[in-house]
Amino acid sequence: MALKAEQSERLGKLLAERAEKIAKRWAEIAAAPLKGRLTVAESGRQTAELQAQLQKALADGAADLRSAQTTELRAVLTELSRGRARQGFTASETATSIFALKAALYDVVDVEKGGESALRDYVAWSLFIDELGLFTFEAFARAREHIITEQTEQLLELSTPVVKLWDGVVAVPLVGTLDSARAQVVMERLLQALVDTGSPYAIIDITGVPAVDTQVAQHVLKTVMAARLMGAECIISGIRPQIAQTIVTLGIEFGDIATKATLADALRHAIRRGAAAARAANREA
Amino acid sequence: MERVPILKIGSVLLVSIQVDMQDQMALQLQEDLGQRIVDTGAKGVIIDITGLDIVDSFVGRTLSTIASISRVLDAETIVVGMRPAVAITLVELGLSLDGIRTSLNVERGLELLARNAEPETVDDLDFLDEPETTSP
Repeated sequence: MALKAEQSERLGKLLAERAEKIAKRWAEIAAAPLKGRLTVAESGRQTAELQAQLQKALADGAADLRSAQTTELRAVLTELSRGRARQGFTASETATSIFALKAALYDVVDVEKGGESALRDYVAWSLFIDELGLFTFEAFARAREHIITEQTEQLLELSTPVVKLWDGVVAVPLVGTLDSARAQVVMERLLQALVDTGSPYAIIDITGVPAVDTQVAQHVLKTVMAARLMGAECIISGIRPQIAQTIVTLGIEFGDIATKATLADALRHAIRRGAAAARAANREA
Repeated sequence: MERVPILKIGSVLLVSIQVDMQDQMALQLQEDLGQRIVDTGAKGVIIDITGLDIVDSFVGRTLSTIASISRVLDAETIVVGMRPAVAITLVELGLSLDGIRTSLNVERGLELLARNAEPETVDDLDFLDEPETTSP
């Protein structure tokens, strides 16, 4: 709901005239529920900045939060929400800081003695402040989502290294649950590494994979097929006894793909195959 | 219409596909290659698809057909240099390019051919010498 022009003006005037008192009260009330995780001074700095922007927006004639005059105010609110999200505060704690302005205004204006018009003003201002609070809520949620996506990407980055084990042998040690997105990344990285290093052998080590179901097996098989199409041989290693049991119970067929118990066995196998191929080529030449 | 060049290196024919393959081009290559194998008596064919960004089901099938034709003409086909993205797409499409041997690059393809090659000249065939040496 939009503020009427005179209500907006009166709130602006009030904020300007009683600035110091409101700022002090707001800072106190806002800092209370944060229980010392944010100092009164820090919280006060944030509320003071908000107050300044709010005052400026009202002076420019802002009637609601969608108007053009509140661009800077919105930016400050977004910045506050983002900061709080990163510091680990909850959405409620963030919004409460805004709602504290209501309590501060109530104390300063002394609505009870002001009669009907003061009460009407106060209700209108409250609605406006609610709008500010809701905006922080949304900004907070957006900031959180951003953090989560960022972390997911980082996790994806760090969990799929492709290492060169020997001349012509690369390995990818899989750690953690293999979902479709990760499987895709692993597949692309491994195939690219095959091209870059010109390695004819690749080892997929699943020691760090806690459970193998049909989906995970499907991903691994696809990777092996793709590597084969490119002319490289894949060896699967690091199959623990429980996982071997699961694989057999689920009826997963690895076909003619070489499987080894440990990475060492797989490496020995790859080196031996490589050496045999080299000997055969030399004999011909 | 553009044609894919076929180069002869020793007893191997090298086909390097540099542009995106149109269906007509693929069919033309299939025809030309058969002719060249007969003309040169090549024992191996290397098809380099490093330059191909897209391999659709038609091109995939044509490659399979080329491999089959070459085998009938006693030449082994090796497809080399498939890009990761192409390999992933083919697997997702369920095309496994049956009957085609693959290698990472031309060099390894040549090695693979050399390894599988049978003795080429009559002089290499020991058993042909035997009747002469044992004859009285």
